[in-house]
Amino acid sequence: MDLQNADCILIEGSNMAEAHPVGFQWVMEAKKRGATVIHVDPRFTRTSAVADLHVPIRAGSDIAFLGGLVNHVLSNDLDFREYVVAYTNAANIITEDFADTEDLEGLFSGWDPETKRYDPVSWHYEPPARMSDDDVANIEDVQDGEPVSHEAAQSDTHGSGGSPLPWKGRRDETLQHPRCVFQILKRHFARYTPHMVEETCGIPASEFAKVADALVANSGRERTTAFCYAVGWTHHSTGAQMIRTSAILQTLLGNIGRPGGGILALRGHASIQGSTDIPTLFNILPGYIPMPLAPLHQSLDAWVEDDEGKAGFWGNIRSYSVSLLKAYWGDAATAENDFCFDYLPRLTGDHSTYATVKSMIDGGCKGYFIVGENPAVGSANGKMQRLGMANLDWLVVRDLQMIESATFWKDGPEIETGELVTEEIGTEVFFLPAATHVEKSGSFTQTQRMLQWRDKAVEPPGDCRSELQFYVDLGNRIREKLADSTDEMDAPVLELAWDYPVDETGEPDGESVLREVNGTGPDGAVSSYLDLKPDGSTACGCWIYAGVYADEVNQARRRKPHWEQDQVAAEWGWVWPANRRILYNRASAAPDGTPWSERKKYVWWDPEQGRWVGKDVPDFVPDRAPDHTPAPDAHGPDAIGGQDPFVMQTDGKAWLFAPLGVADGPLPAHYEPAESPVANPLYPVQSNPGRRSLKTPSNPINPSRSEVFPYVFTTYRLTEHHTAGGMSRTLPYLTELQPEPFCEVSPRLARERGLVHGEWATIISARTAIEARVLVTDRLRSLRLGDRFVEQVGLPYHWGGNGLSTGDSANDLVNVTMDPNVFIQDKVGTCDVQPGRRPRGPALVEYVAQYRRRAGVPEEGDL
Amino acid sequence: MGRLSGPLHDVAQDAGYEQPPPRMGFFTDTSVCIGCKACEVACKEWNEVPEDGYLLTGMSYDNTQALSASTWRHVAFVEKADGPALTDLGMPGVGLPGAATAGTVHEDQETASGDSAVRWLMSSDVCKHCTHAACLDVCPTGSLFRTEFGTVVVQPDICNGCGYCIPACPYGVIGKREDDGRAFKCTLCYDRLKEGQKPACAQACPTESIQFGELDVLRERADARLAELHAQGVEVAQLYGRDPEDGVGGDGAFFLLLDEPEVYGLPPDPVVTTRDLGSMWRHVGAAAAVLVGVGIASFAGKRG
Repeated sequence: MDLQNADCILIEGSNMAEAHPVGFQWVMEAKKRGATVIHVDPRFTRTSAVADLHVPIRAGSDIAFLGGLVNHVLSNDLDFREYVVAYTNAANIITEDFADTEDLEGLFSGWDPETKRYDPVSWHYEPPARMSDDDVANIEDVQDGEPVSHEAAQSDTHGSGGSPLPWKGRRDETLQHPRCVFQILKRHFARYTPHMVEETCGIPASEFAKVADALVANSGRERTTAFCYAVGWTHHSTGAQMIRTSAILQTLLGNIGRPGGGILALRGHASIQGSTDIPTLFNILPGYIPMPLAPLHQSLDAWVEDDEGKAGFWGNIRSYSVSLLKAYWGDAATAENDFCFDYLPRLTGDHSTYATVKSMIDGGCKGYFIVGENPAVGSANGKMQRLGMANLDWLVVRDLQMIESATFWKDGPEIETGELVTEEIGTEVFFLPAATHVEKSGSFTQTQRMLQWRDKAVEPPGDCRSELQFYVDLGNRIREKLADSTDEMDAPVLELAWDYPVDETGEPDGESVLREVNGTGPDGAVSSYLDLKPDGSTACGCWIYAGVYADEVNQARRRKPHWEQDQVAAEWGWVWPANRRILYNRASAAPDGTPWSERKKYVWWDPEQGRWVGKDVPDFVPDRAPDHTPAPDAHGPDAIGGQDPFVMQTDGKAWLFAPLGVADGPLPAHYEPAESPVANPLYPVQSNPGRRSLKTPSNPINPSRSEVFPYVFTTYRLTEHHTAGGMSRTLPYLTELQPEPFCEVSPRLARERGLVHGEWATIISARTAIEARVLVTDRLRSLRLGDRFVEQVGLPYHWGGNGLSTGDSANDLVNVTMDPNVFIQDKVGTCDVQPGRRPRGPALVEYVAQYRRRAGVPEEGDL
Repeated sequence: MGRLSGPLHDVAQDAGYEQPPPRMGFFTDTSVCIGCKACEVACKEWNEVPEDGYLLTGMSYDNTQALSASTWRHVAFVEKADGPALTDLGMPGVGLPGAATAGTVHEDQETASGDSAVRWLMSSDVCKHCTHAACLDVCPTGSLFRTEFGTVVVQPDICNGCGYCIPACPYGVIGKREDDGRAFKCTLCYDRLKEGQKPACAQACPTESIQFGELDVLRERADARLAELHAQGVEVAQLYGRDPEDGVGGDGAFFLLLDEPEVYGLPPDPVVTTRDLGSMWRHVGAAAAVLVGVGIASFAGKRG
């Protein structure tokens, strides 16, 4: 909603109008108020149609484009200097050992070619000239290799706060020191020129200049620019670094922590944000608390040690963690038994979704729950998903409809080709009908971190049940079966605090769960995470949600319309943390605590009250004066200085350069997608060196720059359908609006391959070939890169074999090569396109095998 | 029956309502339409309009094609491979998007890309609820009637399927369901209006492209929006159906368009097909009188 306050909105990596039409109302509102809306996207979409400027870009080249903008800002001194010096680590000096991609031909220092991982020890801040005892101890820790792991990312151990940095480091606030972050950035991005952007992204210099000028003109004291992205950035083998580049740019322009600023991660459907906060991810616990690592964390002390006591609010991690354990195990969790820390599973490696699928194929994973997901259609490389599911002992699918993931064993594409035979599949499939969102009460958490409660409108029909009821009941039944067990393996289940009140239909009371998530103490529901204690006297299911049930009231259920409130509308729903609408909003004021401008006034220091005041809940220690310098031995929030707005970072500064916590380098560098028609114009290293490959025969990779696979394809959503289609292809009113799968191609590509508008085309990758109707449209551009053109094929991915409208799944074309930080794959790849329909049955397998042979694809995948 | 053409201050009063509520209508501002089709779905859900076929038309993202008995809101998608200037309207711009340009060559990126190279117009069309509604004028059963809100509604329990209303509509809005035989069209959610609620389409529209309200208020708002767009340099913006002096006496549902009406498939100068009904009757009357006179004269002649 704060988007309406932006003076400029850059949407890149997202087709916001089509995939997020409701949130897009605030973009339109901003536009009505005079904001400039820019859409950078491979295709001209419904978002582009209402934008002031559409800039077509080659899919997967976003770091080159954004890096070009960073270079433009730095080389022309267009950064918001006062903000940059005070609030970022631009002034920090990096150790002498650091070497950049410019020095090492596309790699950073610390690269180990054996493990294909970085050791980040050379990326650290140079120690401060005067060191406290803590600093000395920390430096010794780093030199000894403990406790800061030498694996760069620790992405399977660290949540949103990033990795703990042991010291604040030496700073040169003139930004002149050759090893200060500012100068390193300048050198790193110096070759990201408009010409390089044109050669890499296919964006003419004139278009690039329009974007650069709009961003600069709409940043600074008086104006702010917001960025919006979605899976167009996250679904890349360089996805985390694409977002990092935008963060660097927005920080240099001073657009973080201010109204109408920020970087909005648009979430794909209701409460995807919620399922990150209270995660369905393997590597974090609620509130981004890292999962314990088996080799390192054998006690509660060892688990919290990396963060505990460090500057900032992560310093209180023991309180959050102990309260979480108390929420899980209740009275069984005591100080004597480490609050049942030993009941928590420990990570032994990558257990992300694709690693799990590979384990299914290899026979390691035997059972699988699919809830609110349709991986046979919605996940990359559908064949891999289906082969995995066909190799299980049991599979539970809970859905509103009989989706492809529940029926692949009798009518999936591999049954048609003969690659799977129904009689030979041993998987026992259980289909359980699920209640829809109107048939159950609960909360959704959206992009702005806002929880909005909805009440049940109607009873679910027949045997349909809510997830809450299913899981509570499943827990009850498992606990009944184990009731007499004395095996200590079963104790974590038997001792769970598992008593939820149910109504007459057996439905657990959702608000009782919300209260548990909020946290409770001796005086009932806690009001904020500052109430949480490390001694076991409080329990809290998710520390960042503490306050959503403050005063024993469901705060997420508040529905006071925005026209009855001020601009912040603090009484609609509830936003984590602490109902704070804009994070890091201390940065909306200048270092001295006064607003940057009257126009962008938001949170400021009131010297008379001695407090931070303003339109929003200040994201700062409430009475921390702007000129406060913490004592050298201060810990946790006490160690936050008066000019350290980024209170979750150990140094309180925004990290232009990431000394730790990012697997593939402290700075973003453009690497090509795993499959690309062009050579990396910037570095001799073609693809992300740290990318995680998934080696299995069903995941072969197209060689880059292959004449056999000359085109780029990119997958996406249409407004009319919902993700993998289970909620839309089954409904007549939505199906009639987009009744068939299609591919979108440029007129030039249509001529080149003889594709006819409205007729069929076959799109081929090393994984498989699919067919779709052809839409020839000027909305797809032929992009000129130097002396050649790159053609992009657009593929909506909603279809599968079931429902009112059926067709091949575009995701079957997608390969799995993953970003090393988050283990998510490229959504783009290379392909061939031919007119006409694809071969049927076993002939399809041979057709694709011929392509692989012609392209020289190794049969065992990217080995 | 009230007046058949020209400006009409109070359409409901003209239809016989004493002290009717203000005339209600739609202002559809296509400059903020994002083509999400929520209006189409909300309309069908609320009014229980049946689906009408799963056909990929190849007409850009428009698989609905036109208003009909089973489509009461229709979002048109028009792809135009030219700049934002008003086009030469030699041909309506509603051909197949690819077919129009597949033969032309955009080899040079400078012309094949850039923000002005392609435009994608979207517009949610609906029954215009004309001030002078020919469908209503020709309906022999009284199934079509003017509501107290000034809107025009078909009553399915009265409609006998004669189909006179279909050619009478100057916009091609109303249609007949083949399996049913009766005529259907947008009711402007008469049932919701009676409960003081917005029509379903306006309620669902996320960007306020479809605005519902008192027609006088909407006209003022539209004039202000037009002025705003003109001030921003969007000179192509124009209002359609706003003018009470036009051929239908102004529409109860009118539009802000970003190109000529023909580009959206709308008639440029619609005229109520019953405009000349009065003069036709007068002519018929005169002709009849002449005939009678001739007859009398002939008898008179015989007698003479």
